Amino acid sequence: MGGFSIYATFRAFEGKFYEAAPYLSPFYSPLIDPHHHWLPLWFSPAMLILAFPLGFRATCYYYRKALYRAFLLDPPACAVGESPHRNYRGEAKFPFILQNAHRYFLYAAVVFLCFLWYDAFRAFWFPGPDKTLHFGIGLGSLVLLVNIVLLSLYLFSCHSLRHLIGGKMDCFSCTTFNLKRHGAWKKASFLNERHMLFAWASLISVGFADFYVRMVSSGIIKDLRIL
Amino acid sequence: MTNQTKYETHEHDVLIIGAGGAGLRAAIEALAAGARVAVVSKSLLGKAHTVMAEGGIAAAMANVDKADSWKTHFRDTMRGGKLVNNWRMAQLHAQESPERVRELEQWGALFDRTSDGDILQRAFGGHTFKRLCHVGDRTGLEMIRTLQDRGVQLGIDVFMECTVIRLLTDGNRVVGAFGYWREQGRFVVLKAKAVVMATGGIGKAWPVTSNSWECTGDGMALAYEAGADLLDMEFVQFHPTGMVWPPGVQGLLVTEAVRGEGGILRNKLGERFMEKYDPKRMELSTRDLVARSIYTEVKEGRGSEHGGAFLDISHKPPEYVKQKLPSMYHQFKELADVDITKGPMEVGPTCHYMMGGIRVDAETTAASLPGLFAAGESAAGLHGANRLGGNSLSDLVVFGRRAGLEASAFAAKSPAGGIDSGQIAEAEHDMLAPFERGDGENPYTVHRDLQNVMQNLVGIFRTEEDLTTALAELEKLKQRATRLRVEGSRLFNPGWHLARDLKCMLIVSEAVARSALARKESRGAHSRIDCPNPDEQWGKQNNVISREGDRMKLRQIPVKEMPDELRELVADDK
Amino acid sequence: MADAILEVFRGNQEVGGAKQYTVPITPGMVVLDALHYIQAHLEPDLAVRWNCKAGKCGSCSAEVNGKPRLTCKTRMDALPTDKPITVYPMKSFPVIKDLVTDVSWNYRVNRKIPPFTPKPGTDWKMYQEDMDRVQEFRKCIECFLCQNVCHVVRDHHKKEEFGGPRFFVRVASLEMHPLDNVSRAKLLKDELGIGYCNITKCCTEVCPEEIKITDNAIIPLKERVVDEFYDPIMKLVRKIRGAPKAG
Ligand SMILES: Cc1cc2nc3c(=O)[nH]c(=O)nc-3n(C[C@H](O)[C@H](O)[C@H](O)COP(=O)(O)OP(=O)(O)OC[C@H]3O[C@@H](n4cnc5c(N)ncnc54)[C@H](O)[C@@H]3O)c2cc1C
Ligand code: SF4
Ligand code: SF4
Ligand code: FES
Ligand code: FES
Repeated sequence: MGGFSIYATFRAFEGKFYEAAPYLSPFYSPLIDPHHHWLPLWFSPAMLILAFPLGFRATCYYYRKALYRAFLLDPPACAVGESPHRNYRGEAKFPFILQNAHRYFLYAAVVFLCFLWYDAFRAFWFPGPDKTLHFGIGLGSLVLLVNIVLLSLYLFSCHSLRHLIGGKMDCFSCTTFNLKRHGAWKKASFLNERHMLFAWASLISVGFADFYVRMVSSGIIKDLRIL
Repeated sequence: MTNQTKYETHEHDVLIIGAGGAGLRAAIEALAAGARVAVVSKSLLGKAHTVMAEGGIAAAMANVDKADSWKTHFRDTMRGGKLVNNWRMAQLHAQESPERVRELEQWGALFDRTSDGDILQRAFGGHTFKRLCHVGDRTGLEMIRTLQDRGVQLGIDVFMECTVIRLLTDGNRVVGAFGYWREQGRFVVLKAKAVVMATGGIGKAWPVTSNSWECTGDGMALAYEAGADLLDMEFVQFHPTGMVWPPGVQGLLVTEAVRGEGGILRNKLGERFMEKYDPKRMELSTRDLVARSIYTEVKEGRGSEHGGAFLDISHKPPEYVKQKLPSMYHQFKELADVDITKGPMEVGPTCHYMMGGIRVDAETTAASLPGLFAAGESAAGLHGANRLGGNSLSDLVVFGRRAGLEASAFAAKSPAGGIDSGQIAEAEHDMLAPFERGDGENPYTVHRDLQNVMQNLVGIFRTEEDLTTALAELEKLKQRATRLRVEGSRLFNPGWHLARDLKCMLIVSEAVARSALARKESRGAHSRIDCPNPDEQWGKQNNVISREGDRMKLRQIPVKEMPDELRELVADDK
Repeated sequence: MADAILEVFRGNQEVGGAKQYTVPITPGMVVLDALHYIQAHLEPDLAVRWNCKAGKCGSCSAEVNGKPRLTCKTRMDALPTDKPITVYPMKSFPVIKDLVTDVSWNYRVNRKIPPFTPKPGTDWKMYQEDMDRVQEFRKCIECFLCQNVCHVVRDHHKKEEFGGPRFFVRVASLEMHPLDNVSRAKLLKDELGIGYCNITKCCTEVCPEEIKITDNAIIPLKERVVDEFYDPIMKLVRKIRGAPKAG
């Protein structure tokens, strides 16, 4: 997670090599004002974009756990004893009380996810010599597809989503609509059990997808065309 | 009264001894009736033996089998008990249990459901219809948690980890109890206008038992010592399927639901031996019969390696077994390294339930001493010679409620009794004596010897000779128990606690042996090799034990006559 | 059979220390059996709580080789015998004697929780799909191992401000009861201090009943607290709808 943040920040500031038609790096989607028509020059749009996924991940229940345990050693492991040196407040007070905003990041993430699906879809349409788009599959298309699937699984296994989709209800059987939400909640619960897995898998895939696009875009490697 | 200052003293209208299902239900009812109530228990709140109940609670709610009614439930209970039950108790029990179950639900219990949204019921040995309301295989936990929360909400005083060692009497009326805090070993006087006994069973007098350490028959012994009658003490239920291996878990219950779900019993030759003993009902025959069958197979040399029979459910799909019997699956996997979806379990009879106990009036649960009431396993009468599975949990709530109601009514119309400091001094002296002896026996040794006597001589099969020997052995053990020595301090000292519990176990053990010796027939859970058949005369009598000076007195009373319309219900027509 | 060496804490809150005992191992033996052996043969006044010896009552909690466990479900043959097996009382509660601790704090917390309060005029129909989720919480045997392991209690000693995982499980069982009619969100936030939990899941790891305490009880409850206190949109929606409680 730490490493990811550093890489992501670097990439955000770098502000180039984000596009290699038809691929668009997930860090730079949606594509906002890439040519700095109205943003100050030092400001890479990715920073704006990145704030949301990073916020989403930082407030994610799973990453919170990982963060507290690994960085704040609170606790370092179960039943080993930590030093109760400072005034522990958990998430009851500032700053961590802000974690409660997770669902707002979730809403934003849903929007992002739509853009990313669009990008993944676009990645299967290659510009032909006559400027029209042709269907095709490149390694990059697959990389972006896998990435978006993993990201979706990560999002759909979110605890907040699980709550909003049905967990907040006390009685599933009370109305037929609630029963439908029960079905959705059960699916979300199924995914939720694997939330940690998806969290890591999607993190790696996002990084890799960006890295791949960067490599192709900067010309270090050439995309492998499959179809 | 000089003692008032010397001891910590509490005063209530109703004192309830025992925080199992029966005790808690009584407390809730007494509180609702406006009484000041205290509950005492030997362990922490919510840990009483009732948590271990698995299979379910029997109530003729007719949610699954529409034909069920209190009448069939009554009939099943009476016939299961071989007609020596108190018919009025059986009738009240069958009539009131559905309401008591609904009440549990209204207090927050969550039973498994039918597809119509009602409480789901399952089949069990001896019940004509699907009748056991359940929560997977942890019904007792659900029940105790519900009652516990309800009681806490209403504001009962709970004295946890406090053992009562003597009932205090004024004349022959019970006016309180004397006990000690297990934690510090300090004594405490509990004054009350009425006392309810709900102390559970006596299984710990046997080495192979499904019962917890608390089941040492305290309530029965204390009531007996105070002068109350005990009834039906010969009827001790041995559950056919307890674990037999490894030694540490010997006796641990293998729920009847395994057989309910289709488990098959085999001997070491692979024969399905129930074909010989009860070809009609096979494995789902009554508990007494299955227990005896397994015992016979083992005795005749066809048992398993560790002296049991094989119970096999592995012919069912593994997923099904895990879903229907989750705790059995884990129990065997974790404690015996046996995967029950792949191979058979080794099982053998285990001491499980005491049908006998304090003799009570059916309507009021009043014992034969004024001011004393009893409910649950420590009371007797409902189950007769053999209890059906699931009838105990319903017993607890039906008669627990009645006990609470009647005890608070009794308290409301009675003045506070006088406390006799002589009784307290005597109890204190007896209690502290083991510390003062320079030398004496370890209570654990005497306990082990008592268990062996009961297992070998007062077990499933009894003979006149064995029982006579047992009585002589018990006499010796009683002598040894007066010379116990305890080391250490009074702070949470299990050795000291056992020294006290041992006295109670000795009393109930003697009562069991005496009653068993007298009943020269086989009936229900009581089987005499020398008198293998039921006897018509004995079918009309109950054994009653009471104290006369220092001696135990046994007498017979006639079984209560049923009114004609009920007699027809139990008649042998099918 | 081989012997094992047990190192058991003897003493009370003020004085005490570890003492070693040699215990012969029998097949299938659990740690509680070993403690019973010590009681019966070596030191009859060794204080241990237990009831069922079947993992059903939650009395026999202790820390075996540093791990919070039910001693009646911890097999001796699953532990290394080359060094002494340590058995200590639960660290988060004051020791009364030896392995027995004062767990009365838990009973006090429990009293703060408003009981099940059914909707008026309910017909008591409930369906299994509503039941499943809540029945998981009802499996709790009150062993208090989760309370013991939770660092908020264990290391930060927040017993006054914090309710602990066991009681989040209990609140969850009431909040998600299909017929319950009160909200305990304020209680969770203010009195049970659910914010102190930083979802680090130690409680889930030790639960002998395998209740997914953090994922299924605590996080959903945190979300409910957010609904009621930290989510301006939800607040607005509630205001417009005039509904006192979600669901
Ligand atoms: C493994 C198992 C499974 C079972 N399954 C079922 C089932 O599925 N269905 C069914 O109907 N029945 C079942 N039973 C039987 C049933 O659980 C018990 O008969 C019933 O729980 C007894 O309840 P009780 O309230 O009478 O006493 P208990 O629950 O035994 O409680 C006794 C209480 O008295 C207290 N006490 C005892 N002595 C003293 C003293 N001297 N001073 C102070 N307090 C004292 C104890 O601390 C305890 O709180 C099962 C039993 C076992 C062992
Ligand atoms: S998840 Fe919360 S309640 Fe559980 S141990 Fe961690 S801090 Fe404690
Ligand atoms: S939630 Fe689990 S660990 Fe906590 S008290 Fe209940 S059973 Fe024990
Ligand atoms: S909880 Fe992890 S994304 Fe919402
Ligand atoms: S003794 Fe009951 S859980 Fe261990």
